[in-house]
Parts: sequence; C-alpha cells; structure tokens
Amino acid sequence: MNFGNLLKISLRALGNNKFRSFLTMLGIIIGVASVITMLAIGQGSKRSIQQQISEMGSNMIMIQPGADTRGGVRQDASSMQTLKLEDYETIRKQVTSVVAVSPLVSSSGQLINGNNNSPSSLQGVGLDYLSIRQYQISEGDYFSEQDIRTAAKVCVVGKTVVENLFPDGNDPIGKIIRFNSIPFRITGVLKSKGYNAMGRDQDDIVLAPYTTVMKRILSVTYLQQIVCSAVSERRTEEAVEEITEVLRYTHKIKVDGEDNFTIRSQQELSSMMNSTTDLLTILLSCIAGISLLVGGIGIMNIMYVSVTERTKEIGLRMSVGARSRDILSQFLVEAVIISITGGVIGVLLGVFCAILINVVAQWPVFVQPWSVLLSFGVCTVTGIFFGWYPARKASSLNPIDAIRYE
Amino acid sequence: MATVISLKDIHRDFIVGNETVHALKGVSFDIMKGEFVTIMGTSGSGKSTMLNILGCLDTPTSGSYLLDGNSVGEMSRDERAVLRNRKIGFVFQNYNLLTKTTAVENVELPLMYNPSVSSVERRDRAVKALQDVGLGNRLDHMSNQMSGGQMQRVAIARALVNNPSVVLADEATGNLDTRTSFEIMVLFQKLHAEGRTIIFVTHNPELSRYSTRNIFLRDGRVMEDSFNSDVADAAAMLASLPIED
Ligand SMILES: Nc1ncnc2c1ncn2[C@@H]1O[C@H](COP(=O)(O)OP(=O)(O)O)[C@@H](O)[C@H]1O
Ligand SMILES: [Mg+2]
Repeated sequence: MNFGNLLKISLRALGNNKFRSFLTMLGIIIGVASVITMLAIGQGSKRSIQQQISEMGSNMIMIQPGADTRGGVRQDASSMQTLKLEDYETIRKQVTSVVAVSPLVSSSGQLINGNNNSPSSLQGVGLDYLSIRQYQISEGDYFSEQDIRTAAKVCVVGKTVVENLFPDGNDPIGKIIRFNSIPFRITGVLKSKGYNAMGRDQDDIVLAPYTTVMKRILSVTYLQQIVCSAVSERRTEEAVEEITEVLRYTHKIKVDGEDNFTIRSQQELSSMMNSTTDLLTILLSCIAGISLLVGGIGIMNIMYVSVTERTKEIGLRMSVGARSRDILSQFLVEAVIISITGGVIGVLLGVFCAILINVVAQWPVFVQPWSVLLSFGVCTVTGIFFGWYPARKASSLNPIDAIRYE
Repeated sequence: MATVISLKDIHRDFIVGNETVHALKGVSFDIMKGEFVTIMGTSGSGKSTMLNILGCLDTPTSGSYLLDGNSVGEMSRDERAVLRNRKIGFVFQNYNLLTKTTAVENVELPLMYNPSVSSVERRDRAVKALQDVGLGNRLDHMSNQMSGGQMQRVAIARALVNNPSVVLADEATGNLDTRTSFEIMVLFQKLHAEGRTIIFVTHNPELSRYSTRNIFLRDGRVMEDSFNSDVADAAAMLASLPIED
C-alpha cells in the first residue's frame, strides 16, 4: 500500500472516532504543554537572574572578614573583626586591577520622620559605592569627601524609603530624618533599581558615610565588608588574586596559614545561582516528562482499547487484502498523527500558558527553541513507542477470528 | 473450460478445549470458470468453514487447494492477503461495511490495498461497480443510512470491484426478507450471465433452483454434487411475489 492511501485510511479512521482521538490527544497536549511551560519558567528565571547579576555589576568583588565559612566551620567573634580601614586603604592604593573600592558597614534600626517610621538598615559606604553597585543619584547630591572626613550626619535614600517617610510627596532633599534617634540630613535620592533576583527591594536603602556609621552608630573600628570593582569582568580573577596577596601580606599570614578573610566575586555568585536554577529546570523537566509519559500511556491505552473495539474492522480490511504490515502501519500512523497533532497543539498551548504566567504572575519566562524541538521529538517517539504494541496486536490477528468477532 | 478452484481431500479440524471438532472430513471438487454453484447443508454442516478456506481467510488442516493454479497451502500469510485482494470477492451475511463511511468509499476499500490502482481509477471502478449493482444513485450515502438490501448490494459491489476470479457469498440473503432476497438473487444471476464465477452458500434449499450446480454438504462431507440443467429465473419469481408496502 502506498503512503498516500495509508494516510487517507488512518485519517478516515481517526475522523470516524473524533472524540476518542481527541481524548487520546489530550494526554499528549497536556504533556507537551507542561514540558514547554515548565522549561520556560526554569529558563526564564535563569535568564532574569543572570541579567540582574550583571546589572548588579558583573565585575564586583566582595571581601568579608573571617575564613571561608562555606566548609561549615564555626568561627568566633574575633575572627569577624579582621577587616580594618587600613585594608581598605591598602587595596585602594596597591591593587592595580581594581578601579573602585568602598568599605561597607551596616546597622539596622528604625527610620523616623515625624509620624512616619519604617524599619530599615543604614549602610556606611565610601564614594565609590555608587559606581560599584551601579546606583545613580536621581535628585540632589551624593555625600562628599568632606562629609566622610568629618563623619557628617548626612545620607542618600532609596525610593522606597522616600515613599515610607514622605507619604504626602514632600521633597525629601535637605530634610532631617532620624535613624535610631540620630538625625541625618538627606542630601540626595537614588534612582530606582527595583527588586533584585533574590526578591530584595533594592530601593529600600539608606547610604551614609562609613565614618559616620562606624563612629557615631556602631562605635567600631573594623569593617563588615569591602566591596570593589575589577577593571573589567575578565580581570576579576586577577583582581581576586592580587587582593589576596596584598591582604595576606598586611595581615602577616604565614605561607601555610589560612586566609582570615573571604573573597567572593560576582562571577562565583553567578555560577552558584546558575547551578540552582539548573536544578530547578531539571526538577521541572522531570515533572513535565512524567506527564508526557502519562500521555504516552494514554495513547497506548486508547489504541489498545481501539484495537479490541475495531477487531471486526481489522478483520474486514484483512479479508479484502490488507496484509499484517498494512494494519500495523495504519495503527502506527494513527498513533503518530495523534501525537504530532497533539504535539503541535501542546506547543501552542505551552507557549500560551508561559505568556499567561508571565502576564498574570509576572514571572519571567523564556521559551527556548530547543525545548519546543525536544518536546516535539519526544512526543513523536512516545507515539510510535506506545502505538507499537497495540498496532502489533492488531496486525497479528487471524482474519477469520477478527471478522467473526462480536 | 478453465478450472478456477480445485479442492482435494480437504480436512479442517478445530481444537476446542481438549476435544477436536472435525468440521470438514475430506472434501474434494473442482469448479470451472463461469459456474454458479450453490453450496447447501444444514446449520453446522461445514459450509462456512469451507467457504472461508476457499476465500483464503482460513487454511485447511490437510488437503490441497489450488486457486487459479496457485497452491494456497504453500503460501505465506501476506501472499494469501494479496491473493484475497486480487482474486477473491467475499460477501458476508452481515454485510460488514465500514461505519460512517460512504458507499463509494466502502467499495474502494479493496483497491486501497492495491498500489497499482491510482486514486482516479479506484474511484471510477468503485462507481462502475455500484452502478452494476443498481446503486448508481446512492454513491455518497453513508452505510448506516441504507436498507439491508442496499447494504448487501454495496457489499457485492465491493466484492466485484477488484474483478475477482471468484465471488464467494456466505448466506448473503440470510438477513434479508423474501423480496429483497430475490432481488439479490436476480443480481447474482445477472453477474453470472456476465461470465462471473459464483459460489453461493445457503441453508435454504429453495435457492438451489437458481444456480447451475448444487453441492450438498452434511457433517463435513459432500453428500451430493449435481448440475442443474433447468435453471429457474429469479426475476420471474420476483415478479410473481406479492408486492408489500
Ligand atoms: N472457529 C471454530 N472453532 C471451533 N469450532 C468451529 C469453528 N468454526 C466452526 N466450528 C465448528 O465446525 C462445524 C461447522 O461449522 P460451520 O462451517 O460454521 O457450519 P455452517 O456454516 O454450515 O453452519 C460446527 O460444528 C462448528 O461448531
Ligand atoms: Mg455458516
């Protein structure tokens, strides 16, 4: 039998049982649609995290006191005081592969302006902090070198803080707000950055000179963090090495001694985040794969029932000259038509769902072309695989038994 | 005259549980081209079993069967399928039409499995076959929108469309009322007159008058095999029947 006839016969048979064909297809549709949607969610969050990390400054380097704690070793309080202002000065003067450096100390507390208050944290930073974290001033000015030298009680605030403390929309520039009852004058407002990948509001921020926070609020001489920017993303590793060398020297650490500080680069963070989202994608794909498998079993189940139900038809076809392989191909082609049609509808539905999730839940989604090809390929294979057994059964029927079947 | 069918000592045993049913116990006969044979016998005498073997739907337990000189017993399953497709037209008691399918499409079915017939030729031949059985005006009627007699005509057209060496009919009038039965008999006589070889199985002895040869089966054996020199005219019989409404 030629392929045209085969296709015609299979299409007729499917058309004669539209509802059953649709039910069979439904399994595949749901399977493929969920694969596409799940992968779109996984890939979407991965992309958005990558994008936000690069927005945060992909050449950012963070230096923290204490040895690397990722091994799980607990450290005493003194080990958290190993970063000093001198370290900041040293890095600034000696490390050539770094363009911007800033100390970082922070204190949490209550922000008050008249009757309005909100819990927040005050970050003590240097002049370079804005460029390192890629913040910009939208109104007013950043505090000055002079303010840092004199430990002036001035600050710049993020949009969220302005909204919390000045709900009536007054201009915050020049106003005095209190942090833990200490008055600060607002010199500028930061341009909004929105939420970051971890869901933190980057506009809920108050920046003040690090000297002010260290002397007037925390009364400490050590730093909680030093942040810097490498000259370029490619030179991040070089910068990390250089900083390590310089700090080990100034901290007088012996050749075989362990670092009493930890350096993390944005690159490292980014690969860490990637592995997390990859895991998420794998997990989602597994769930989706299972639904595709269930869809396949659905095909097998209905094809199997249909073989029994259509025994008489098979017998008739055989009696007018259909060979085993004609019957086998008919049932296989039916299975493949069902899975390919289901696949196409599933792809469309999956893309639609992904867009819907994006619009309604605001989740980032990204439909990767290979995920479409993959689920499409998988559902065709599923169709052939699960169509095979019932088709085999149909084709091996004895014509006389089949046609007598009631 | 050419021999179309040659049976020699055909046996067919069925194993049911731990008993063996001997449905055919050594049947032998030859059928020539252009014969109209009626095979008679009571229910259970082995008529269907024999016709299924003749139609290559079933194979004998022993004995030899030549169809147009081809030894069916030595053929593979697929070869027998091709043989059914090219040389045999089968008419069943219960029509066996495809549901939700038009008359033409039903008749086209055997040609669908013959790659040498183009789709245009297939359609032409199906239409021609339906015209031959008097259904030229019912081409696109669905099988379930037709009367029993019409459905059986479609089935006969389907049996004719491949221009078979032999048309086999198993109780083809068994589900039809008397008048419609005679209409079908008229059709078979017409096909016979056109030179076709027909084997017609029935348990109704009255129908033996309309064929050229009668084979009587009893208990899996041929009891009588006689030629009928005085073939009755089914059309005349039909005309004499009272017209019902
Ligand atoms: N598939 C089968 N399995 C077992 N026994 C069968 C089968 N087909 C026919 N028989 C037996 O063979 C005998 C002849 O049956 P059949 O050829 O159908 O008779 P007829 O058509 O003359 O009424 C019966 O006894 C029947 O029970
Ligand atoms: Mg019978």
